[in-house]
Amino acid sequence: MSDLYLIFKNLTRKKLRLFLTMFATFIAFLIYGTITSFQAALDAGVELSADDRLVSVNKINFTQPLPISYVNKVRGVAGVEEVVHMNWFGGYYQDPRNQVQTFAVDKDTLLGVYTEIILTDEEEANWLQNRQAILVGESIARTNGWKVGDRLPLNSNIFSQADGKTVWQFDIVGVYTGADAQTDTNSVYIHYKYFNETQSFGGNYIGWMGVKTASPDLNEQVIKSIDDLFVNSPFETETVPEKAFQKAFIEQIGNIGLILTSVIGAAFFIILVIVGNSMVLAVRERTAEIGVMKTLGFKSVRIFRMVLGESMLLALMGGGLGLLASLGMIGLMNSVPAPLPTLIMDADVVLKAVGVMLALGLITGIIPAVSALRLNIITALSRG
Amino acid sequence: MNDEILYDLKSISKSFVKGKEQVTVFDGLNMSIKQGDFLAIMGPSGSGKTTLLNMLGGVDQPTGGEVWFDGNRVDTLSENGLAQWRANNIGFIFQFYNLMPMLNAARNIELPLLLTNLSKAQRKKSVATALELVELSDRAKHMPNELSGGQQQRVAIARAIISDPKLLLCDEPTGDLDRHTADEILQMLQLLNEKFGKTIVMVTHDPRAAEFAKRTLHLDKGEFVEKDLAA
Ligand SMILES: Nc1ncnc2c1ncn2[C@@H]1O[C@H](COP(=O)(O)OP(=O)(O)OP(=O)(O)O)[C@@H](O)[C@H]1O
Ligand SMILES: [Mg+2]
Repeated sequence: MSDLYLIFKNLTRKKLRLFLTMFATFIAFLIYGTITSFQAALDAGVELSADDRLVSVNKINFTQPLPISYVNKVRGVAGVEEVVHMNWFGGYYQDPRNQVQTFAVDKDTLLGVYTEIILTDEEEANWLQNRQAILVGESIARTNGWKVGDRLPLNSNIFSQADGKTVWQFDIVGVYTGADAQTDTNSVYIHYKYFNETQSFGGNYIGWMGVKTASPDLNEQVIKSIDDLFVNSPFETETVPEKAFQKAFIEQIGNIGLILTSVIGAAFFIILVIVGNSMVLAVRERTAEIGVMKTLGFKSVRIFRMVLGESMLLALMGGGLGLLASLGMIGLMNSVPAPLPTLIMDADVVLKAVGVMLALGLITGIIPAVSALRLNIITALSRG
Repeated sequence: MNDEILYDLKSISKSFVKGKEQVTVFDGLNMSIKQGDFLAIMGPSGSGKTTLLNMLGGVDQPTGGEVWFDGNRVDTLSENGLAQWRANNIGFIFQFYNLMPMLNAARNIELPLLLTNLSKAQRKKSVATALELVELSDRAKHMPNELSGGQQQRVAIARAIISDPKLLLCDEPTGDLDRHTADEILQMLQLLNEKFGKTIVMVTHDPRAAEFAKRTLHLDKGEFVEKDLAA
């Protein structure tokens, strides 16, 4: 028998109370783990954007098109290494609810600009050769059970072909992986040429350009050169670093994150009150027992530590299980095809969560621990 | 050896402050307890029996006077010093047993050994011996609420003697028990006194319980009085 055994026995003596307080802590940390992983993923998305990449869009709005002739002009700008143009295809697979992020791209330059898309040599060769080629991300391929060699029909909810059909046939030539765990592998890429020649309206326009610069130091200069090139034309451009573009895009999600953080804060406050109150009650019920322990010769500080240990253990057990469950939750969310960043619970998230658990244990345990410390033997025993 | 003084209270005073009023329980009480004594303390309610026992046990401090135990002064010890002193020297037996409800009999008995440096194996051995002494070896794994009052008090006695203290203090140890069970407990205390040389101070309301002791002191209004037993 040790002090830890006594702590454990005290903690588990009222099963229903233990279950309820642990369940409350469990839920709080389930939410906490999931949300913080989500936020970490959002931050990582920005971090992961290459520093030497710019995005050039129509100044009016990034959904407005640009003439394809811009691509060569931008390629000629000093400091630009490679340019890839992209169009939003608006694809879905079989059912309009099953959206597929589809980009019609310049097949020759895609891999030069987006170096985080990893293919085998054979896949790359087939991608360049076959005009109906489609590259699918590992994650979306897994979700839909696609593999190399499959014929893949994709519908567009924006475009149609000359004969009125909205379905395009593609050959899966490659399943790409990401250079990093958080690289998006939920997208698919098709040849711009095939798309442009078969669609029925608005030809020879591109959606935007991805621009790789020779060095991040040149970004500022390249941005100015590109935008100056098209100033006062019917299609003015706005060029920004990809990081800024990503950031602006996810800041909307980020705000949701802030709201969720406030919700977690409120939840934690309630849990603090519930668990704290239950700890106070639990220790008050044990007044006589604590008096007996002190009579036997247990020092007050030791009893203080035991009470605090109990609330810490409760927080760590409930919180640990909650965190574990959030790991499962994250796995579940990652397997759902949605244009969300890949959630990862890294050491940082875990460490922070353990910190919060310890703080929770401390705050909920300190009041009963101090009253146990101060408890006078005579009063304790005369009350029992 | 048996005439050695174990406990010496010199001119003890004790008063409680209750709001504006001051209640004086003892004013210049003298008392000495010999090693190996079995002393019963009787007296009307409010005469100060529990207060005296609390001071003997070092859970309460006198307002004035000196307390000497085994040649050392204890009323000047710090709170932590007293706790350690209690752990080393005193065994407590309460009226309502005061066992830990979440620990089985063996672990309840083991509890005071957490205050010693004994190894796990040594503790286990001591517990087994104590259980045998109180004739509860077959109830080691039982929880307090699975034991009768008499059995619980026997567990409490085992807990009180496990650290081999010199002095056992009992406040109404049979106050919650029927006659027969009470006699068993009292016989056990007698055995501990006679065979194991434990000095015992027992507070009781029950004259029959006091008969098990070697001598009886009567407390009235904070003073020891002679009492005509024939009356
Ligand atoms: N903590 C306290 N605060 C104030 N007064 C106290 C306190 N403890 C005891 N007293 C008073 O001291 C006196 C002696 O009390 P004590 O409990 O020692 O009596 P007792 O002889 O044990 O009585 P009983 O037989 O009823 O147990 C009483 O008048 C009681 O009111
Ligand atoms: Mg009393």
